[in-house]
Amino acid sequence: MATEKLDPTTGRTTTGHEWNGIEELNTPVPRIVFFFLAVMALFAVGYWILMPAWPTGVSFTKGMLGIDQRAVVTQQVRDAAAERAAWTDRIGRTSLEATARDPELMRYVRETGRTLFLDNCSACHGTKGTGGPGFPNLAARAWLWGGTPETIVETITKGINSTNDDTRVSQMLAFGRDGVLTGEQIRSVAAFVRSLSGQALDDGEKAMLPAGRKLFADNCASCHGDTGRGKHEMGAPDLADSVWIYGGDRQSVFDTIYAGRQGHMPHWSDRLSPTDIRILALYVGTLGAAK
Amino acid sequence: MAEFFHRKVERTAIGFVLAIVAVSSIGGLIEIAPLFTIKETVEAAPDMRVYTPLELAGRNIYIREGCYACHSQMIRTLRDEVERYGPYSLAVESKYDHPMLWGSKRTGPDLARVGGKYSDVWHVAHLINPRDVVPESVMPKYAWLQRNRLRTDDIGLHLSAQRAVGVPYTDEMVANAGRDLRGQASPDSDDATGVRTRYGDATNVRAFDGDPQILTEMDALVAYLQVLGRLTEAAHPTRAAAAK
Repeated sequence: MATEKLDPTTGRTTTGHEWNGIEELNTPVPRIVFFFLAVMALFAVGYWILMPAWPTGVSFTKGMLGIDQRAVVTQQVRDAAAERAAWTDRIGRTSLEATARDPELMRYVRETGRTLFLDNCSACHGTKGTGGPGFPNLAARAWLWGGTPETIVETITKGINSTNDDTRVSQMLAFGRDGVLTGEQIRSVAAFVRSLSGQALDDGEKAMLPAGRKLFADNCASCHGDTGRGKHEMGAPDLADSVWIYGGDRQSVFDTIYAGRQGHMPHWSDRLSPTDIRILALYVGTLGAAK
Repeated sequence: MAEFFHRKVERTAIGFVLAIVAVSSIGGLIEIAPLFTIKETVEAAPDMRVYTPLELAGRNIYIREGCYACHSQMIRTLRDEVERYGPYSLAVESKYDHPMLWGSKRTGPDLARVGGKYSDVWHVAHLINPRDVVPESVMPKYAWLQRNRLRTDDIGLHLSAQRAVGVPYTDEMVANAGRDLRGQASPDSDDATGVRTRYGDATNVRAFDGDPQILTEMDALVAYLQVLGRLTEAAHPTRAAAAK
């Protein structure tokens, strides 16, 4: 080339480019780079032929291998389900009671159930099922709707006050806000309710107990039962145990009676398979069981 | 000749920039532009509906608070994601998302199918203080959403802007945007009736933050979160078939 010149100091050729008398040494790109560039280009050509690659206006080249990520993942999920089918089928077929007694199946339930619980239930009920203010403690086994595996399956499937057509429905009236009871009457009922679980009451509260007992029988017993032990068919909590969803202190009980409560649990029938729901119900049954 | 061309281009700054732009756009022109002409890119979903004014306002809050920086809305075609979050995301599901909020990073979980997964009460408690319901959470508190009144005067303009970029809001929807915005969060008010007529029977109409009287930013954001993944049943073939 006409521009080929030797740099007098290093003895190497220059590019011929010159800036204010300074010339640039010709340092060519290493050959190995060109080699890999060529390999990559060949790889690309092969890839174009084998995999979905080029748009063609109204469609695209599908590639000779016919690989489609959506079909691949669908197949993977199906394969994984088939692999689990050996024991998920047994859980689907066996009655829930019999499954709960089968140590081998329960080992699968503990493992898979835990994953399902963490993904779907733990946001509200906590990673250990201990719940929190407003969200029931499952590990305490103070069931609102019953603790047999069948009733838990139904609760998970239909939800509580959910958008499911057959949802479980439960609502505690707002006795204070809706004017059914006066503030004084609510304080009396709250004192009586707190006495049911054996909480220490002060003298003022003790004096209200007779009135509270009468008001409880008239207003609360239809759902919570005459003795306050709750009713599973109405989802009414047991007031005589030490487990509280919204708190058992004086103020919390007053607030609950004043403004009412309506818990909300989504239904899972269109998110989880029937077998997954059975596994979860059995898993929930194991929470807190060791105590 | 090549020598001459190189010399010339290298010594013309603007020309060199234009040349770089031209060369680097070849890939995009060949690989991206044709996607707009390919019907298969966006699946058919006749039941796909647009966001209601309240959901759109919630989406704007989601963008304002930068939720997308930690939460993706894109379930990829990978087995672990499908098993955890549900069916993989379809292009049609973000058809009316301008801009899309797929995200690229998950400090928190993916939200593409969070709609209906948790109760409104949970969302409100979680946004006020995530640690109250999820002790191990690192999400910041967004308690002011419950205190801030939702801005309502400009919602019609937001709908118009979305319409300008291709979202099929009707004149009726735009004209009633303010009423629908209030009505969706106040189920017993007169404004509530039109929301389902205009946006479909499956639309959630309820007091999202628990107070039907005051329209807060919490109402809007929870309404938006509760509709994520529920604008169409296209991703749930069995559910879509059952609905028919």
